[in-house]
Amino acid sequence: MIPSAFDYVKATTVDEAVAALVAAGEDAKILGGGQSLLPVLRLRLNAPSTIVDISNVAEIRTITDEGSSLLIGAGVTTDEVANNALVKAHAPLLSMTAETVADRAIRHRGTFGGSCAHADPAGDLPTAAAALDCEFVIAGPGGRRTVSAADFFVDFFTTAVGPDEVLVAVRVPKTDGWGAHYEKFNRTAQAWAIVGVAALVKVDGGVITDARVALTNMGPKPIRATSVEAALKGQPATADAIKAAAASAADGTKPTSDVHADAEFRSHLARVLTGRAVATAAGV
Amino acid sequence: MTDTLNETMGAIGRPLRRKEDARLVTGNTNWTDNIQLPGTLHMAFLRSSIAHAKITHIDTSAAKAAEGVVHVYTGADFPGQPGSTCVWPVTDDIVLSHYPVICEDEVKYVGDVVAVVIATEKYLATDALDLIDVDYEVLPAVVDMEAALAEGSPLVHSDKGTNHCYTAPVPFGGNYAEVKAKADVVVTRRFINQRLIPTTMEPRAVVAAPMGMTDEITLWTATQVPHVLRVLLALLTGIPENNLRVVAPDVGGGFGGKLQIYREEVLAVLLAKKLGRPIKWTETRSESILTMHHGRDQIQDIEIAATSDGQILGMQVHLLADMGAYLQIITPGTPLLGMFMYSGIYKMEALDFKCTGVYTNKTPTDAYRGAGRPEATFAVERIVDELAAELGMDPMELRKKNWIKHEEFPYTTVEGLTYDTGNYEAATARALELFGMEELRAEQAVRRASGDPVQLGIGISTFTEMCGLAPSRTLGALKYVAGGWEHCTIRALPTGKIELVTGTSPHGQGHATAWSQIASDIIGVPVEDIEVIYGDTGRSPYGMDTYGSRSLAVGGQAIKAAGERLVEKARIIAAHQLEVSPDDIEFNAGTYSVKGDPEKATTIQAIAFEAFTAHNLPDGVEPTLSGEATVDPMDFSYPHGTHLAAMEVDTETGKVKLRKYVAVDDCGVQINPMIVEGQVHGGLAQGIGQAMYEGAEYDSNGNLLTASMGDYLIPSSADLPSFITDRTVTPSSTHPLGTKGIGEAGAIASTPAIVNGVVDAIRHLGVNDVLMPTSPQNVYRALQAANKGGAA
Repeated sequence: MIPSAFDYVKATTVDEAVAALVAAGEDAKILGGGQSLLPVLRLRLNAPSTIVDISNVAEIRTITDEGSSLLIGAGVTTDEVANNALVKAHAPLLSMTAETVADRAIRHRGTFGGSCAHADPAGDLPTAAAALDCEFVIAGPGGRRTVSAADFFVDFFTTAVGPDEVLVAVRVPKTDGWGAHYEKFNRTAQAWAIVGVAALVKVDGGVITDARVALTNMGPKPIRATSVEAALKGQPATADAIKAAAASAADGTKPTSDVHADAEFRSHLARVLTGRAVATAAGV
Repeated sequence: MTDTLNETMGAIGRPLRRKEDARLVTGNTNWTDNIQLPGTLHMAFLRSSIAHAKITHIDTSAAKAAEGVVHVYTGADFPGQPGSTCVWPVTDDIVLSHYPVICEDEVKYVGDVVAVVIATEKYLATDALDLIDVDYEVLPAVVDMEAALAEGSPLVHSDKGTNHCYTAPVPFGGNYAEVKAKADVVVTRRFINQRLIPTTMEPRAVVAAPMGMTDEITLWTATQVPHVLRVLLALLTGIPENNLRVVAPDVGGGFGGKLQIYREEVLAVLLAKKLGRPIKWTETRSESILTMHHGRDQIQDIEIAATSDGQILGMQVHLLADMGAYLQIITPGTPLLGMFMYSGIYKMEALDFKCTGVYTNKTPTDAYRGAGRPEATFAVERIVDELAAELGMDPMELRKKNWIKHEEFPYTTVEGLTYDTGNYEAATARALELFGMEELRAEQAVRRASGDPVQLGIGISTFTEMCGLAPSRTLGALKYVAGGWEHCTIRALPTGKIELVTGTSPHGQGHATAWSQIASDIIGVPVEDIEVIYGDTGRSPYGMDTYGSRSLAVGGQAIKAAGERLVEKARIIAAHQLEVSPDDIEFNAGTYSVKGDPEKATTIQAIAFEAFTAHNLPDGVEPTLSGEATVDPMDFSYPHGTHLAAMEVDTETGKVKLRKYVAVDDCGVQINPMIVEGQVHGGLAQGIGQAMYEGAEYDSNGNLLTASMGDYLIPSSADLPSFITDRTVTPSSTHPLGTKGIGEAGAIASTPAIVNGVVDAIRHLGVNDVLMPTSPQNVYRALQAANKGGAA
C-alpha cells in the first residue's frame, strides 16, 4: 500500500537526530533499517508527520570491545550481529538469535537497535537482550542515559525510549564460559516466532551453577523465566532435571491467542521449548 | 489395455528453456502496472471493514474537495449495475445473487466496495479515502455454514429469505443404500477442506482506456480469461462487444484467482468511458488477500462401504460448500467440478453425491488450482486410508486391490466418465522404487517401539484428475454457459517466420515455448522462428482462455489441426511448383519433395513467399499461407500419478516436517519436460501449502484474521525439501498429441499425501484425523483429544 505524506530528515549525527525529533514534536518516527517501520507506514497503521532517518549516523554502526562487554551500535544490522567475530566469540546467544530472524534480505537491512526499539513481543533479538542483561544507551536533549533490559522493555511496542530520544547502542555483557541457545518455534522459515526461548547456562562439574532464560512472545515484552532460572541452579545438568525445571516456564507469563496458537498452547510450547533450549545450552 | 511409452522425437519432448523467461524474470515487460498512458486517472477503493451492515449515510464531500480528486463515486451513481456475474447456475432452483459494482445500501463482506475515488495520482486517491464518512448499522454476520442453514439464522441476502444457495443431488450410478446394506465395514468421516487464498505473485491490476479514434475501450488486465471477460463485460456494461478489446499482457500467476470478472474491471471500463480518460488500479497485497476470490471451503461428510476383505463397494459424499457473500463467475459450479472425481481411481458399484451451496458474509469463493478436484481427491484418498486402518490392511495394498487395472482401460467409472488410458501400476512401482518404502517403514517401527518424541508417517496419494473441460455439449448439459473448444491460427509470413495465434492465455505456464515446439514438429519450422500471440482479443479474437489444465489438453489439439491445414495448403502449392500431383509430394521436417525424386524439393518457407507474391499459384488456391482450426475435443483427459510423503511429527510440539516427497506423474506425452517439472513443483508447493500452512480464518464477526502474509502462511523454498520426481508416459487416446494436462496435478495429489502421512505418524497414539493445515496447534489438539479418548 501507499504511506501517507511525511516530512523526511536525514541525520548524520546522534545530536542532529535528537534535534530533529525535538523539532518535530511527538509525531515523529525514527527510520533505521526500515524493516518494521516501512510495513507500518505502508499499511497506514501509523502516519507520522516526520521521519528521522538515522541510517547514515556513523556512530551507531560500530561494534566496540569494551573489555567485559561489547558495545553494539543501534544501527548495526542483524546480519552483522549474526556474523561478527566479536559477537560470535563473546555473545554467541545474540549471534545465533540474529541468525533466526526473518530472511537474509531483511537481516541485511534490519538493525539490532531497531528491533529492540520497535519491541515487537514476537521479536527475537529483544529476548536475547533480556537474557543477556544488556544495557541500553539512550540519547536525548538532556544527554545520554543507560537503562537496563529489565527497565527498557515496557509493554507491547513500548520501550523506555522517549519521543525525543534515540537508542544509540546496546551494551552486551560478555558471556564467555556460558552455554547458549536460542530455540525459535515458528511455522515457516521466515515467520515470526510463535514462542522463542533464549537460554544461557553455566555448567561446572556437571552441575548447573547459573542460568538465565528469557521468553519470546509469551507476554507484551520479553519475559525472564525467573522460576526456571531458580529451579535450575544447583541441579545436575541432566535431561530429567532440566525438564523438571522447565515445567514452570509459563508461570507468570501472559501469552496472547492468535491464529497460530492460543494461550494454552503457547504455554505448553514454552515449557517444552525451555527444556530444549536449556538442554542444548548446557550441552545435554 | 494401454501402453506406457518413453520415446520422443523432434521438438516435442525436448526440455527447451522457456523463451519468455528472460523478460518475465527481470520484470522488464508489460505487466499491467508497467503500462503508463498519458492523462491516466487512478482508482482507489473504500472497502467495508464490517462483514455485514446497512449503509445508513455516506458523505463524500470532503473527499471530493481533496487535492487531485476528480470524482468520488458511490453505489448511488450506478444503481442496479452488476460488478460480476455467475455463468454457471448449477440447478434450476438456484438462488442467485446480485453483486453490485459498488454497494448501494448494504455491505456483505469485509472488503466489499463502498466508494471509489478517482484522482490524478494514486497517492492522492488513497489519501482521499480517509475523508469519506460512512455510517453503518451493523447487522449480524453469517459466518458458519451450518449455522447459516439453521432456522432463524440471520440472512446474507434478506430479500432471498434463505442462505441456502442450491442443493445439487447427482444421480450417479448404483444404489448406495443397497451396497451399504451388504457391506461389512462402513467408515464415516467429516473432513474440513479449509478456505484458501490464491496468492499470485502479481496482484490484480487494470488499465482501461478509450482509444480515441473509434469508440473502442481497451482494458488491460491481469486476467487468465481475456476472451471470456470481453463477452461478460459487454453483457454487464452494455458497451457493444465490438467496441471492447481486452488484453491480458504478461500475467504473473493466476491459480484460478484471475479466472473471474471483477467489479474493479467493470468499474475501470465504465469510468474510462464516462470520463474519457485512462483509468488505472493496481491492488495492494492486503486488498488481494481480502478481495481476490478465495478457494475451497467445504465441509465434506464422506462415507465408504467395503467388504471385510477390502473390496470397496461404494461411497456417499455430502458436501457443504461456502459460496461467500455473492456468486461470481463459477462460484456454485466449482465444488461440482469435483463431483466426477470422488471415486478417484477406484472401481465401485455406487456413489451418492450431494452438494449444498451456502451463502455467508465472507469473500466469495471460486476456482482455485484444481477447482473441486483437489477437494474430491483429498476426500477419497483420506477415506481410503481410514478404511485401510479400519480393516487392518496396508493402505497401498487396499488401493491396489481396488484400482482400475491398466488392462481394463478404457474404463467407465461409477460417475459415468470414461477414463481413456492409465497405468496406475507403473506409476506406483516407480514411486515406491524412488521412495524406499521398506526402509522408511522399518524406521517408523523403530520410532514407535522406542516412543521417540518424533514419529514418522508415510502418506500415500494415488490420484487421477480430469483436464480440459470439454466437449462443449457436455458442458451445456451441466448448465455451464460457455463452450469447451479452443482456437488456433498459424500464419506463415512472407519471410518464412511464423505467427501462431492461440486462444489460450498463459500467466506463467510457458505457452510461448511449448506451443512453438508443437508447431515446429508439425510444420517443420525451427522453434525460434515461431512467435506465439495470445491474450489479446484484438490479436487473437477467438479463444476460451486458460484454466482447468485445458490449454494443452484442448488448445494443443487446435495447434495440431491448424498446423496440419497449413501443411496441406502448402502441399498443393508445392506440387504446383514442382509440377507433380499433390499425392506425389512427401512432407518431412519443413521440406516438400517429390516421391522417388528427393532432389526435386522446396521448403515451407519458400512456399510461404510464393503464397505471398501469388505470382504462380495453382488455380483456385487463395494467396497467403495459413491454417486455422477451432477444435472441440472428444473428451476430457485423465492424468494420474502416485505421490508418497515421509512426514515427521514432533509429538511434543505438534510440529510437522516434510522429510521426503516422491511424485511420479503420468501426464501422457510431455511437450516440454522442463515445463512439466516446473508445473509439478509449483503444484506440489501449493498442495503442500494447503496441507501444512495455509488457511483463511474468520472470527465470529466475519473479520478475516489471516489478512496479511504474516498470518496467512505460504511455504517458500526454505520450507520444502527437494522433490523427487519422475514421470511415466501413458499417452491419452482421446487427444491427438497423446497429452493430458499437468497444471493442477501437483496441487491435487499432494494435499492428501501429506495429511495421510501426518495421521499415519500418530495413528498409534489414537489419532485418526488432523485438521488442515496440519499446524502445530492442530496436531497438538488432535493428540490431546486422543489422550482423552476423544478421537473422531
